[in-house]
Amino acid sequence: MTAHNGEAAVRKVKAAGQDEPAGDEAAIRVEGLHKSFGKLEVLKGVDFTVRRGEVVCVIGPSGSGKSTLLRCVNLLEEPTAGSVSLSGTELTDPDVDIDRVRRRIGIVFQSFNLFPHLSVLANLTIAQRRVLGRSKDEAERIARANLRRVGVAEKESVYPAQLSGGQQQRVAIARALSMDPELMLFDEPTSALDPELVGDVLAVMRRLADEGMTMMVVTHEMSFAREVADRVVFMDGGVIVEEGPPNRVIGDPQHQRTRTFLRRVLDPAAAEVAEDGAPLA
Amino acid sequence: MSMSRRQRKRAFRAVQYGVLALVVVGMVFGADWGEIRRAFFDLDVAQAQFPGIITTALVNTVVYTLLGFGFGLALGLILALMRLSSVPPYRWLATCYIEFFRGVPALLVFIALGFGVPIAFQVVINQYVTVMLALGLVGAAYMAETIRAGIQAVPKGQVEAARSLGMSQGRAMRSIVIPQAFRIVLPPLTNELILLTKDSSLVYLLGLSLGQYELAKFGRDALNENRSLTPILVAGLCYLIITLPLGHLVRRLEARTAKAR
Repeated sequence: MTAHNGEAAVRKVKAAGQDEPAGDEAAIRVEGLHKSFGKLEVLKGVDFTVRRGEVVCVIGPSGSGKSTLLRCVNLLEEPTAGSVSLSGTELTDPDVDIDRVRRRIGIVFQSFNLFPHLSVLANLTIAQRRVLGRSKDEAERIARANLRRVGVAEKESVYPAQLSGGQQQRVAIARALSMDPELMLFDEPTSALDPELVGDVLAVMRRLADEGMTMMVVTHEMSFAREVADRVVFMDGGVIVEEGPPNRVIGDPQHQRTRTFLRRVLDPAAAEVAEDGAPLA
Repeated sequence: MSMSRRQRKRAFRAVQYGVLALVVVGMVFGADWGEIRRAFFDLDVAQAQFPGIITTALVNTVVYTLLGFGFGLALGLILALMRLSSVPPYRWLATCYIEFFRGVPALLVFIALGFGVPIAFQVVINQYVTVMLALGLVGAAYMAETIRAGIQAVPKGQVEAARSLGMSQGRAMRSIVIPQAFRIVLPPLTNELILLTKDSSLVYLLGLSLGQYELAKFGRDALNENRSLTPILVAGLCYLIITLPLGHLVRRLEARTAKAR
C-alpha cells in the first residue's frame, strides 16, 4: 500500500553544499521514502534526486538500504510511505500505469537475470516487440546495434548459459538499452562477477556515462565511483548519511560512519590495524 | 564365536545368494511348465490377435490417452494459475478440485461421467468426449500440482527482469515464466502421461463397440474367446511398447535438466 506523507516528511539534514535541482530537471525525485519488510524498517525517510544526464553512485555497507532504494525507483519494491517521481510523473500514484513507466527505466541486476530459454538476440527483442510493438526487423536491428555497443555482437545466436558472467552482464545492459530508456539503474552490476571480468562491464558503463546517460549505480567499486560519478551518495542504516562530489565524499568524508566504511572497503587489511585508531590520513 | 567384519559381510552375501538359488530351483521343478506355456504362451492365440490388437486396440489406447492428456494439461495449467492467484476464492476452488480428484478413484469418475451424468441430465455424450473428460479431469488434478511447482521453481529475478522491461504480469507469465516452467516439469509430465496410458484401460466401463476397443478390453475379450491368458500377455507387451520409450524419454529429459543446472 502506498501512502503519501509529503507534509509529514521529515527532511534529513544533508551534507552541506547540496544544490536542489529545479523540478523538471530531476530525472528521479524521491521524497520521504520509507520501506519496511514486516517489522524490519530498511528505508527510514530518504530524499534523493538524480538530475537528467547525471551519474549518481550509491555506496554503503550491505544492509544499508541502497539496493532497496534503487528497487523502489522502478517500484520493484512498493514503498511503505513517501513518493517517487520520474521526470514529473509520480510512480507512487495508484492511477499511474506502472508498466508504461517501467519501459522508460532500464535496470541491470546483480544476477543478470537474462532469460535462459531465449537466445541472446531474442533476449533483446522480446520486450521491444511485445511491449513497444516494434517489428521483428526493427527490433533486431536495434538489438544488434546495442550488442555491438557492449562488445558482444558475435554472440547473438547463443544462449545465456554459454556466456561468461561478464558477457551475460553486458548482454543485460544491451537488453535494457534496446528499450531506449531515459535512465539506467544498476544494482551492484559487478558484484557477482569474477574479478577479471569486472573491467569489461565497468568500461561499458563508463562509455554510457560519457554518452550522457542518466545513471543511478549501486556499487562497491570505489574507483569507478570516484572516476565516473558526478555525485556520490553514502547510505547507512536506511538513511543518506552524506552526499556530494566524489572527491569530497570518498576523498574527504565528513562523517565518522563514512570514514569507517571507506577504510574497510579501500584497505581491508589496514582497517584491522587502524580500528578505533587515528582518523584516516 | 566372533567374525571379522569382512567375514560377516561374506557370510551375509552367501545367505542372500542361497535364498535366490532355492527360489529358482523351486520354480524350475515345482511349476507345471506345460500348463504355464499353454496358458500364457500359446503362439496360435498370440498370432490371432494381430493385426487387430495393433490397428484397433493400441491405436485407440493412444487416442484415448492423448485426448485425456491434452484436456488435462490445459485444465491443469488453469488450475495451477488459480492456485497461485492473488484472489483467495480462486485458490480455494483450485485446492478443493485438486484434493477431490486426487482423492477419489478414477474408476468412480468414469462411472459418474459414463452413467451418472447422462441419466441425471438426460443427455447423450459422445464416447470420445466422455473419455477425454474423465481422464482429463483426473489427470488435471495431478498435473496442476506439478505445473504449480514448476512455475514456483522459476527464479523471482526472471519476473523482475520481465516487469522491468515494461511487460505486464500476464505477458511476463506467458512469455517468460511458463516457457521456463514447462522445461522444468517436462519429466514429471511425461510420467503423468505414462500413468494416464494405463488409466485409459478404465474406458471399458463405458461399454465400447468393437471398433472402440482399447488394449485392456481387447485382451479381455480375446481371453474369454480363447480360454487362454496369452492375449492378456500380448496386450501387456503392447502397453510396454508405449510406456518403455516414454520412461526412457523421462530419464533423458532428467539428465538434460541436471546438466543444464
